[in-house]
Amino acid sequence: MPLIAKNLDEALAPVVDGSALLVPHGTCGVAMEATRALVRRGTRRLRLIALPTSSLQADLLIGAGCVDAIETSAVSLGEIGPAPRFTQAMLAGALRMKDATCPALYAEVQAAEKGVPFMPLRGLVGSDLVRHRTDWRVIDNPFGDNDPIVLLPAIDADVALFHAPMADRAGNVWIGRQRELIMMAHAARTSVVTVERICDDDLLSDPTLAPGTLAGFYVETIAVAPRGAWPLMLPGYYAADEAHLSEYAGLAATADGFARYLDRYVHERRAA
Amino acid sequence: MSVVQPEQDFRIEELLASVIVGLIGDARHVAVGATSPIPATAALLARELGRGRPRVTILGSRAHDFFSEGGRELFDCAGQGRVDVFFLSGGQIDGGANINLVSTGDYHHPQVRFPGSFGSAYLYYVVPRVILFRLEHSRRTLVPKVDFVSAPGTSPPNVYRPGGPIALVTPLCLFGFDRVSARFRLRSVHPGHTVDEVTDSTGFAFDRPDVVPTTPAPSAENLRLMREVVAPQLADVYPKFAAKVFGIEQRRAG
Repeated sequence: MPLIAKNLDEALAPVVDGSALLVPHGTCGVAMEATRALVRRGTRRLRLIALPTSSLQADLLIGAGCVDAIETSAVSLGEIGPAPRFTQAMLAGALRMKDATCPALYAEVQAAEKGVPFMPLRGLVGSDLVRHRTDWRVIDNPFGDNDPIVLLPAIDADVALFHAPMADRAGNVWIGRQRELIMMAHAARTSVVTVERICDDDLLSDPTLAPGTLAGFYVETIAVAPRGAWPLMLPGYYAADEAHLSEYAGLAATADGFARYLDRYVHERRAA
Repeated sequence: MSVVQPEQDFRIEELLASVIVGLIGDARHVAVGATSPIPATAALLARELGRGRPRVTILGSRAHDFFSEGGRELFDCAGQGRVDVFFLSGGQIDGGANINLVSTGDYHHPQVRFPGSFGSAYLYYVVPRVILFRLEHSRRTLVPKVDFVSAPGTSPPNVYRPGGPIALVTPLCLFGFDRVSARFRLRSVHPGHTVDEVTDSTGFAFDRPDVVPTTPAPSAENLRLMREVVAPQLADVYPKFAAKVFGIEQRRAG
């Protein structure tokens, strides 16, 4: 049964220096409070796998020096603009990027869910992504005739980390419609989840909630973090804090500004 | 970009959305990806004009997204042929419709780094009608040869490829794309612009008819639908765009 931790730092114990950390995209339930805790803790050498893209979370971790390598399909602040610390790190050659395409990452996660070594995927043939991804292979479809197809290795993730609306006392986590979070938890060796609240009901006993529930079997630790996706959205609960994200984009445009952002919003716990 | 031009009572965004509606044509399902507010406007307008057809999926939207299995379901849906139209852009696009969403210069020592390829290296192959759009029409963006091929415009005959590009829309003009010759062909130049301007601003060679038509202005009905019906629906996923182009106040739950 998962540990319902007393605080975030206790819950984050499974994430250590060098962990391969699997995280969701920005509109799905990103564990931002936990991400700030990782920065405060001085976590190093993370291998970040963002399914299939990332926004503030990757940019913050990269800017704070927590990340050695990232596998994802894009890092961007969306309508607000480019992700400044990611872009700077790439131009400086300070980050190993495994450039992917979204469905390739989903396929790699699905392979890990099934416990098979690889998954085939259409598309990709002739893209420079394949040229640079030496871990991807093009083979001739064994069921076809002169039909090249790409094989993608199963994702190798130590911990899936995300934020969800609620968990019950047995550690089952209700993720609602964001069912790709369930894929991530299946694929990673274990999961750390932050939630808005703990509920007293058994989530798996309610047939309307059960299909949107991740069994606690897959979860190692849970911490309560109210508004734990802030300043990103939690679908159905709160919207992204666009003003804050714009402030971030402005400050993070320079190394000094990014340091001020960390001082203001990460090292000092936010008052909001 | 969003300046209202003299003697015209529409914005460039409205013109481009109107052009894209013409390209969508008859479709069952149009999907719109990341940072694509003008295609989203066009897709929702097409749905209004078609009284509910096509179905429109907008990534990142709550209201315009029927998937209950997230992004995985979108890509599987597209792989089965259940997405008819999609939109892609590129930091660079070349004359063969190859698109680059990764970087310029050497891949390992980039001069410019873009966010990344998103779903392009898959959707460009499997979605029958991909509409390219690029809001900067210049020799910097429309180049002879992309520095990195996120997704190629065409593929050899033995590569599984039911999909690919049909057109490229820019603030100056509309290009069609011929998959056999792997070349763009100028279809129309937008009001207020000239063929010479297009030629001067385009880094790749393209075909053109002897007489190049002017892109028709958006109809009064399209403008009304965009402003009154579509714009409020956009604010859910593109609040900045909806505010800037259509004056829709941000009013988000939170």
